[in-house]
Amino acid sequence: MSVLGTRELIINIPGRPDGSALDLSIEPGQVWGVLGPNGAGKTTLIHTLAGLLPARAGQVMLNGTSLKELKRREIARQLGLVFQERQDSFPATVMETALIGRHPWLSPWEHEQGEDQARANQALAALDVAQLSERLLNTLSGGERQRVAIATLMTQNPEIWLLDEPTNHLDLHHQVKVMSLLRDQASAGKAVFLCVHDLNLAARWCSHVLLLYTSGDACWGPVENMLVPDALEKLYNQRLTTVEVDGSLLFVPTV
Amino acid sequence: MIRPLFSLGGLAVASVLLALSLGSVNVGAPDLWQVIQGQGSALNSTLILDLRLPRTLAAFATGGLLAVAGALMQVLLRNPLADPYVLGLSGGAAVGALLAMLAGLGTLLVSGSAFAGAMLATMLVFGIAHGTGSWTPSRLLLTGVVVAAGWGAVITLMLAITPSYKLPGMLYWLMGDVSYARTPWPAMAVLVLALLLTMPVARNLNVLARGPLQAAALGVSVRPLEWTIYLFASLLTATAVTTAGSIGFVGLIVPHMLRLVLGNDQRIILPASALAGGTLLVLADTLARTVIAPEQLPVGVITALLGVPMFLYLLHRSR
Repeated sequence: MSVLGTRELIINIPGRPDGSALDLSIEPGQVWGVLGPNGAGKTTLIHTLAGLLPARAGQVMLNGTSLKELKRREIARQLGLVFQERQDSFPATVMETALIGRHPWLSPWEHEQGEDQARANQALAALDVAQLSERLLNTLSGGERQRVAIATLMTQNPEIWLLDEPTNHLDLHHQVKVMSLLRDQASAGKAVFLCVHDLNLAARWCSHVLLLYTSGDACWGPVENMLVPDALEKLYNQRLTTVEVDGSLLFVPTV
Repeated sequence: MIRPLFSLGGLAVASVLLALSLGSVNVGAPDLWQVIQGQGSALNSTLILDLRLPRTLAAFATGGLLAVAGALMQVLLRNPLADPYVLGLSGGAAVGALLAMLAGLGTLLVSGSAFAGAMLATMLVFGIAHGTGSWTPSRLLLTGVVVAAGWGAVITLMLAITPSYKLPGMLYWLMGDVSYARTPWPAMAVLVLALLLTMPVARNLNVLARGPLQAAALGVSVRPLEWTIYLFASLLTATAVTTAGSIGFVGLIVPHMLRLVLGNDQRIILPASALAGGTLLVLADTLARTVIAPEQLPVGVITALLGVPMFLYLLHRSR
């Protein structure tokens, strides 16, 4: 069980005033959703939380220890990411891609063992891409690649999952599948933190929400306190209509 | 997973045996076997053990070094078109070697001077790219390419002012020529050392090939790894260039051919590159000294003539 926390954190967006300092505590069992307009700093926040970008001020703490004091390998055993953009300069199969998730767990001379293979297979099956395991990544569709990336994180099996727009490119069925997989993982003790553009996915699947404004201001809390139409209209500078379906709220942009 | 390495190892041994038996005088298999057992005639022993063996091993080591360095550079720059010379190292080495030739120095000093030039070129690109703080592969590549162009101009200038009787030697050096190799052992030692040191980081390289952010997220200390690879690949290339001049093509094509057939796991690609690069250069050198024997061709010409059709064939039938 690991907790990712921030202390007076200000992410570094060049040319932007400091805004609100973030004091977050992302705990096992929680699914956090970050909402904000384009350019608000969602990706920068995720990269800062992973220790891949320096903060302007404050600290990111993994179980009470500053990330700066930890080796990358130690961090990678507890915290993993799905990036929004991925590089593939060289051809690689789906299976090879999932298996790189085992990298932080293997010693330099060690090869992937049967157990690593089994984890990768399980993850690929959970994301409905097991049948593609020998295909080359660059022959897959965007949504299939997105699912392979999530399967790689699942193979890595860290305690803390950071995901930058995990539902990008996914069809409706797989959006639901991925979000419920993330919630199941949280129920099993993982802490999940993701950026998302779909208010209704956030409302349905997240336990906590962080609203990130272009000005650098931010507010956060349990989902039921945060997803109020006024705050969301201000966040996106967009009028919203709220409808109630089966007892839960749906947000629809007013044209 | 290991099986392709055995096949490549078999090919390597076969190519070395072929190179030992072919030449201006051909030695048949029974005679060759006698020499290997230490029972051959004095003439055959001298021919094979003192003349052909050192040259063949030097060719093998040089080819292996270039191919491994090329594979490392391609991962470092995340660019399949990178080769060991892309950052201007061969230019620096050539300027060093030509300066020594111009001054009329002996072979040993030409080699030393080439090595010094190669390391100078490495440090120059390292310094410029490092000094600017944040660098990206494309920035490093651009720095290297521009510095290489600078070396190219210096080389042309030197050729232009060189007395004509010294030109053939220089041109052969520029095209790459294994007959310069005095002893194969330094290059062999560096090649073996290279494999021993890169194998434990080979999986890190697999991860780095997915991009620096992904690599960092999976626990790789990206910047130290990148600089280590750069300096290491430079050292390998400098050793190769010092041994046999700037032989082109091997470092670009061999890792590529292997990736088309074996995939991109560096734990396979690096040792396979050493074996295949060595084999290719041994075969090319054998051709270079037999085609118009007793005259010799520069081996760099042959590597390209052999490699181009091989590569195009593999590209054609690849997935």
